[in-house]
Amino acid sequence: MIHVFAFYLFAVLTIASGAVTILARNPVHSVLWLILAFFNAAGLMVLVGAEFIAMLLVIVYVGAVAVLFLFVVMMLDIDFAELRAGFVKNFPLGMLIAVVLLAEIVLGVGAYKAGAMHLGTPDGTAITAPGASNIAAIGQLMYGRYLFLFEASGLVLLVAMIGAIVLTHRQRSDSRGQNVAKQNARRPDEATINMKPEVGKGMTL
Amino acid sequence: MIGIEHYVVVSSILFVLGVLGIFLNRKNIIVILMAIELILLSVNLNLVAFSAFLHDLTGQIFAMFVLTVAAGEAAVGLAILVIYFRSRGTIAVDDANRMKG
Repeated sequence: MIHVFAFYLFAVLTIASGAVTILARNPVHSVLWLILAFFNAAGLMVLVGAEFIAMLLVIVYVGAVAVLFLFVVMMLDIDFAELRAGFVKNFPLGMLIAVVLLAEIVLGVGAYKAGAMHLGTPDGTAITAPGASNIAAIGQLMYGRYLFLFEASGLVLLVAMIGAIVLTHRQRSDSRGQNVAKQNARRPDEATINMKPEVGKGMTL
Repeated sequence: MIGIEHYVVVSSILFVLGVLGIFLNRKNIIVILMAIELILLSVNLNLVAFSAFLHDLTGQIFAMFVLTVAAGEAAVGLAILVIYFRSRGTIAVDDANRMKG
Protein backbone atom coordinates (compact mmCIF):
# COMPACT_ATOMS: atom_id res chain seq x y z
CA MET A 1 0.00 0.00 0.00
CA ILE A 2 2.74 2.40 0.95
CA HIS A 3 4.48 1.50 -2.33
CA VAL A 4 1.52 2.70 -4.34
CA PHE A 5 1.20 5.87 -2.28
CA ALA A 6 4.92 6.65 -2.54
CA PHE A 7 4.99 5.94 -6.27
CA TYR A 8 2.07 8.22 -7.03
CA LEU A 9 3.43 10.95 -4.74
CA PHE A 10 6.85 10.91 -6.43
CA ALA A 11 5.44 10.51 -9.94
CA VAL A 12 2.94 13.34 -9.63
CA LEU A 13 5.48 15.65 -8.04
CA THR A 14 8.10 14.81 -10.68
CA ILE A 15 5.77 15.51 -13.57
CA ALA A 16 4.24 18.60 -12.00
CA SER A 17 7.59 20.17 -11.19
CA GLY A 18 8.89 19.23 -14.64
CA ALA A 19 5.92 21.04 -16.15
CA VAL A 20 6.46 24.13 -14.00
CA THR A 21 10.16 24.07 -14.95
CA ILE A 22 9.37 24.70 -18.59
CA LEU A 23 6.46 27.05 -17.93
CA ALA A 24 7.87 29.31 -15.20
CA ARG A 25 8.40 32.94 -16.11
CA ASN A 26 11.53 33.37 -14.08
CA PRO A 27 14.48 31.06 -14.91
CA VAL A 28 15.54 31.09 -11.25
CA HIS A 29 12.20 29.52 -10.37
CA SER A 30 12.72 27.09 -13.26
CA VAL A 31 15.98 25.91 -11.71
CA LEU A 32 14.37 25.46 -8.30
CA TRP A 33 11.53 23.42 -9.80
CA LEU A 34 14.08 21.39 -11.74
CA ILE A 35 15.75 20.54 -8.41
CA LEU A 36 12.39 19.33 -7.06
CA ALA A 37 11.90 17.21 -10.18
CA PHE A 38 15.32 15.61 -9.70
CA PHE A 39 14.62 14.92 -6.03
CA ASN A 40 11.36 13.17 -6.78
CA ALA A 41 12.89 11.20 -9.65
CA ALA A 42 15.54 10.06 -7.17
CA GLY A 43 12.68 8.96 -4.92
CA LEU A 44 11.23 6.94 -7.79
CA MET A 45 14.61 5.27 -8.26
CA VAL A 46 14.91 4.45 -4.55
CA LEU A 47 11.52 2.74 -4.78
CA VAL A 48 12.88 0.12 -7.20
CA GLY A 49 16.02 -0.42 -5.13
CA ALA A 50 18.52 1.67 -7.12
CA GLU A 51 19.82 3.67 -4.17
CA PHE A 52 23.23 4.35 -5.68
CA ILE A 53 21.95 5.99 -8.84
CA ALA A 54 19.38 7.90 -6.79
CA MET A 55 22.03 9.35 -4.48
CA LEU A 56 24.26 10.07 -7.48
CA LEU A 57 21.36 11.94 -9.05
CA VAL A 58 20.89 14.07 -5.95
CA ILE A 59 24.60 14.78 -5.55
CA VAL A 60 25.47 15.40 -9.20
CA TYR A 61 22.32 17.18 -10.33
CA VAL A 62 21.22 19.06 -7.25
CA GLY A 63 24.71 19.63 -5.91
CA ALA A 64 26.52 20.49 -9.11
CA VAL A 65 24.42 20.98 -12.22
CA ALA A 66 21.51 22.87 -10.66
CA VAL A 67 23.86 25.11 -8.71
CA LEU A 68 25.78 25.78 -11.93
CA PHE A 69 22.51 26.75 -13.61
CA LEU A 70 21.54 29.01 -10.72
CA PHE A 71 24.96 30.61 -10.79
CA VAL A 72 24.80 31.36 -14.51
CA VAL A 73 21.18 32.56 -14.39
CA MET A 74 21.94 34.96 -11.58
CA MET A 75 25.29 36.10 -12.96
CA LEU A 76 24.08 37.07 -16.41
CA ASP A 77 22.11 40.28 -16.58
CA ILE A 78 19.38 39.30 -19.02
CA ASP A 79 15.98 40.71 -19.78
CA PHE A 80 13.98 37.51 -19.45
CA ALA A 81 10.66 39.15 -20.35
CA GLU A 82 11.98 39.82 -23.84
CA LEU A 83 13.18 36.23 -24.19
CA ARG A 84 9.68 35.01 -23.41
CA ALA A 85 8.15 36.96 -26.29
CA GLY A 86 7.68 33.95 -28.60
CA PHE A 87 6.05 31.81 -25.93
CA VAL A 88 2.47 32.18 -27.11
CA LYS A 89 3.45 32.04 -30.77
CA ASN A 90 5.33 28.77 -30.30
CA PHE A 91 2.68 27.19 -28.10
CA PRO A 92 0.53 25.49 -30.80
CA LEU A 93 3.51 23.97 -32.64
CA GLY A 94 5.07 22.80 -29.38
CA MET A 95 1.85 21.24 -28.17
CA LEU A 96 1.36 19.54 -31.53
CA ILE A 97 4.79 17.96 -31.44
CA ALA A 98 4.37 16.98 -27.78
CA VAL A 99 1.02 15.34 -28.48
CA VAL A 100 2.42 13.47 -31.49
CA LEU A 101 5.36 12.18 -29.44
CA LEU A 102 3.11 11.16 -26.56
CA ALA A 103 0.73 9.42 -28.97
CA GLU A 104 3.65 7.40 -30.35
CA ILE A 105 4.65 6.30 -26.87
CA VAL A 106 1.05 5.46 -25.96
CA LEU A 107 0.87 3.39 -29.14
CA GLY A 108 3.98 1.52 -28.06
CA VAL A 109 2.68 0.88 -24.55
CA GLY A 110 -0.69 -0.19 -25.95
CA ALA A 111 0.99 -2.66 -28.29
CA TYR A 112 2.97 -3.98 -25.33
CA LYS A 113 -0.27 -4.54 -23.42
CA ALA A 114 -1.56 -6.66 -26.29
CA GLY A 115 1.44 -8.94 -25.91
CA ALA A 116 5.11 -8.17 -25.42
CA MET A 117 7.68 -8.91 -28.08
CA HIS A 118 10.35 -11.27 -26.84
CA LEU A 119 13.70 -9.64 -27.47
CA GLY A 120 15.78 -12.12 -25.51
CA THR A 121 16.76 -12.52 -21.90
CA PRO A 122 19.66 -10.98 -19.99
CA ASP A 123 22.78 -13.13 -20.28
CA GLY A 124 23.11 -13.26 -16.51
CA THR A 125 26.57 -11.67 -16.30
CA ALA A 126 25.12 -8.56 -14.65
CA ILE A 127 22.39 -10.21 -12.65
CA THR A 128 21.60 -8.76 -9.25
CA ALA A 129 22.86 -11.11 -6.57
CA PRO A 130 20.18 -11.81 -3.95
CA GLY A 131 22.33 -11.03 -0.91
CA ALA A 132 24.55 -8.19 -2.08
CA SER A 133 23.55 -4.57 -1.56
CA ASN A 134 22.94 -2.36 -4.58
CA ILE A 135 26.12 -0.36 -4.17
CA ALA A 136 28.31 -3.44 -3.70
CA ALA A 137 26.88 -5.07 -6.82
CA ILE A 138 27.33 -1.89 -8.87
CA GLY A 139 30.89 -1.55 -7.61
CA GLN A 140 31.67 -5.13 -8.63
CA LEU A 141 30.35 -4.45 -12.10
CA MET A 142 31.80 -0.98 -12.54
CA TYR A 143 35.33 -1.84 -11.49
CA GLY A 144 35.21 -5.17 -13.25
CA ARG A 145 33.34 -5.60 -16.48
CA TYR A 146 32.85 -1.90 -17.20
CA LEU A 147 36.24 -0.69 -15.96
CA PHE A 148 37.37 0.79 -19.26
CA LEU A 149 34.03 2.45 -19.91
CA PHE A 150 34.22 3.85 -16.39
CA GLU A 151 37.66 5.31 -17.09
CA ALA A 152 36.42 6.66 -20.41
CA SER A 153 33.63 8.48 -18.59
CA GLY A 154 36.26 9.97 -16.29
CA LEU A 155 38.06 11.18 -19.41
CA VAL A 156 34.82 12.74 -20.66
CA LEU A 157 34.52 14.67 -17.42
CA LEU A 158 38.16 15.78 -17.62
CA VAL A 159 37.73 17.04 -21.17
CA ALA A 160 34.51 18.84 -20.20
CA MET A 161 36.23 20.46 -17.24
CA ILE A 162 39.24 21.61 -19.27
CA GLY A 163 36.93 22.80 -22.03
CA ALA A 164 34.82 24.85 -19.66
CA ILE A 165 37.89 26.41 -18.07
CA VAL A 166 39.56 27.19 -21.40
CA LEU A 167 36.35 28.69 -22.78
CA THR A 168 35.63 31.00 -19.88
CA HIS A 169 39.18 31.93 -18.91
CA ARG A 170 40.32 35.38 -19.92
CA GLN A 171 43.58 37.19 -19.39
CA ARG A 172 43.07 40.54 -17.72
CA SER A 173 45.57 43.28 -18.37
CA ASP A 174 45.29 44.78 -14.89
CA SER A 175 45.69 41.57 -12.93
CA ARG A 176 48.81 41.32 -10.75
CA GLY A 177 50.13 37.82 -11.11
CA GLN A 178 52.82 36.11 -9.10
CA ASN A 179 56.35 36.03 -10.56
CA VAL A 180 57.62 32.74 -9.24
CA ALA A 181 61.12 33.00 -10.79
CA LYS A 182 61.68 36.40 -9.24
CA GLN A 183 60.54 35.14 -5.86
CA ASN A 184 62.83 32.13 -6.04
CA ALA A 185 65.82 34.22 -7.10
CA ARG A 186 65.51 36.44 -4.03
CA ARG A 187 68.22 35.82 -1.40
CA PRO A 188 68.05 36.62 2.35
CA ASP A 189 71.04 39.03 2.25
CA GLU A 190 69.37 41.29 -0.30
CA ALA A 191 65.98 41.04 1.36
CA THR A 192 66.98 42.17 4.88
CA ILE A 193 69.55 44.91 5.50
CA ASN A 194 71.09 45.66 8.87
CA MET A 195 71.24 49.49 9.17
CA LYS A 196 73.21 49.64 12.46
CA PRO A 197 71.88 53.04 13.64
CA GLU A 198 73.85 54.92 16.29
CA VAL A 199 72.52 55.11 19.81
CA GLY A 200 69.76 57.70 20.05
CA LYS A 201 69.41 57.98 16.26
CA GLY A 202 67.21 56.21 13.85
CA MET A 203 63.95 57.24 15.45
CA THR A 204 62.08 60.44 16.19
CA LEU A 205 59.77 60.94 19.12
CA MET B 1 0.11 -2.79 -8.07
CA ILE B 2 2.88 -0.69 -9.58
CA GLY B 3 4.46 -2.25 -12.64
CA ILE B 4 7.04 -1.37 -15.25
CA GLU B 5 4.31 0.33 -17.27
CA HIS B 6 3.84 2.97 -14.62
CA TYR B 7 7.52 3.84 -14.77
CA VAL B 8 7.50 3.91 -18.57
CA VAL B 9 4.49 6.25 -18.51
CA VAL B 10 6.12 8.64 -16.02
CA SER B 11 9.37 8.67 -17.95
CA SER B 12 7.65 9.21 -21.30
CA ILE B 13 5.59 12.10 -19.91
CA LEU B 14 8.79 13.63 -18.56
CA PHE B 15 10.47 13.18 -21.96
CA VAL B 16 7.59 14.85 -23.77
CA LEU B 17 7.66 17.70 -21.25
CA GLY B 18 11.33 18.18 -22.07
CA VAL B 19 10.68 18.32 -25.80
CA LEU B 20 7.77 20.70 -25.22
CA GLY B 21 10.05 22.91 -23.13
CA ILE B 22 12.50 23.23 -26.03
CA PHE B 23 9.69 24.37 -28.32
CA LEU B 24 7.99 26.69 -25.86
CA ASN B 25 11.14 28.54 -24.80
CA ARG B 26 12.74 28.81 -28.19
CA LYS B 27 14.48 32.07 -27.33
CA ASN B 28 15.76 31.31 -23.86
CA ILE B 29 18.74 28.98 -24.14
CA ILE B 30 19.00 28.49 -20.37
CA VAL B 31 15.54 26.95 -20.24
CA ILE B 32 16.39 24.89 -23.33
CA LEU B 33 19.39 23.45 -21.47
CA MET B 34 17.14 22.70 -18.49
CA ALA B 35 14.66 20.95 -20.81
CA ILE B 36 17.53 18.80 -22.12
CA GLU B 37 18.33 17.90 -18.51
CA LEU B 38 14.69 16.86 -18.08
CA ILE B 39 14.95 14.63 -21.16
CA LEU B 40 18.11 13.00 -19.84
CA LEU B 41 16.42 12.51 -16.46
CA SER B 42 13.57 10.66 -18.12
CA VAL B 43 16.09 8.47 -19.95
CA ASN B 44 17.78 7.68 -16.64
CA LEU B 45 14.46 6.84 -15.02
CA ASN B 46 13.69 4.48 -17.89
CA LEU B 47 17.09 2.77 -17.65
CA VAL B 48 16.79 2.29 -13.89
CA ALA B 49 13.20 1.01 -14.10
CA PHE B 50 14.11 -1.57 -16.74
CA SER B 51 17.22 -2.53 -14.82
CA ALA B 52 15.03 -3.33 -11.80
CA PHE B 53 12.45 -5.03 -14.02
CA LEU B 54 15.00 -7.34 -15.65
CA HIS B 55 17.08 -7.87 -12.48
CA ASP B 56 20.08 -6.78 -14.50
CA LEU B 57 22.37 -4.05 -13.22
CA THR B 58 23.66 -2.96 -16.64
CA GLY B 59 20.88 -0.40 -16.87
CA GLN B 60 22.05 1.31 -13.71
CA ILE B 61 25.65 1.40 -14.93
CA PHE B 62 24.46 3.01 -18.15
CA ALA B 63 22.36 5.48 -16.18
CA MET B 64 25.59 6.53 -14.49
CA PHE B 65 27.24 7.10 -17.88
CA VAL B 66 24.26 9.17 -19.02
CA LEU B 67 24.62 11.19 -15.83
CA THR B 68 28.30 11.78 -16.61
CA VAL B 69 27.58 13.00 -20.10
CA ALA B 70 24.74 15.21 -18.82
CA ALA B 71 27.04 16.85 -16.29
CA GLY B 72 29.72 17.48 -18.94
CA GLU B 73 27.14 18.81 -21.36
CA ALA B 74 25.76 21.25 -18.78
CA ALA B 75 29.24 22.49 -17.90
CA VAL B 76 30.37 23.07 -21.50
CA GLY B 77 26.98 24.45 -22.56
CA LEU B 78 26.91 27.00 -19.77
CA ALA B 79 30.54 27.95 -20.47
CA ILE B 80 29.67 28.62 -24.11
CA LEU B 81 26.64 30.59 -22.91
CA VAL B 82 28.80 32.73 -20.63
CA ILE B 83 31.35 33.61 -23.32
CA TYR B 84 28.58 34.25 -25.83
CA PHE B 85 26.90 36.63 -23.41
CA ARG B 86 30.24 38.31 -22.70
CA SER B 87 30.86 39.07 -26.36
CA ARG B 88 27.30 39.83 -27.53
CA GLY B 89 25.44 41.01 -24.44
CA THR B 90 22.45 38.79 -25.17
CA ILE B 91 21.60 35.10 -25.15
CA ALA B 92 18.66 35.18 -27.54
CA VAL B 93 18.90 32.12 -29.76
CA ASP B 94 17.53 33.99 -32.77
CA ASP B 95 20.47 36.39 -32.74
CA ALA B 96 23.01 33.58 -32.82
CA ASN B 97 23.99 33.86 -36.47
CA ARG B 98 27.71 34.47 -36.30
CA MET B 99 28.62 31.23 -38.02
CA LYS B 100 26.05 31.84 -40.80
CA GLY B 101 24.92 28.24 -40.50
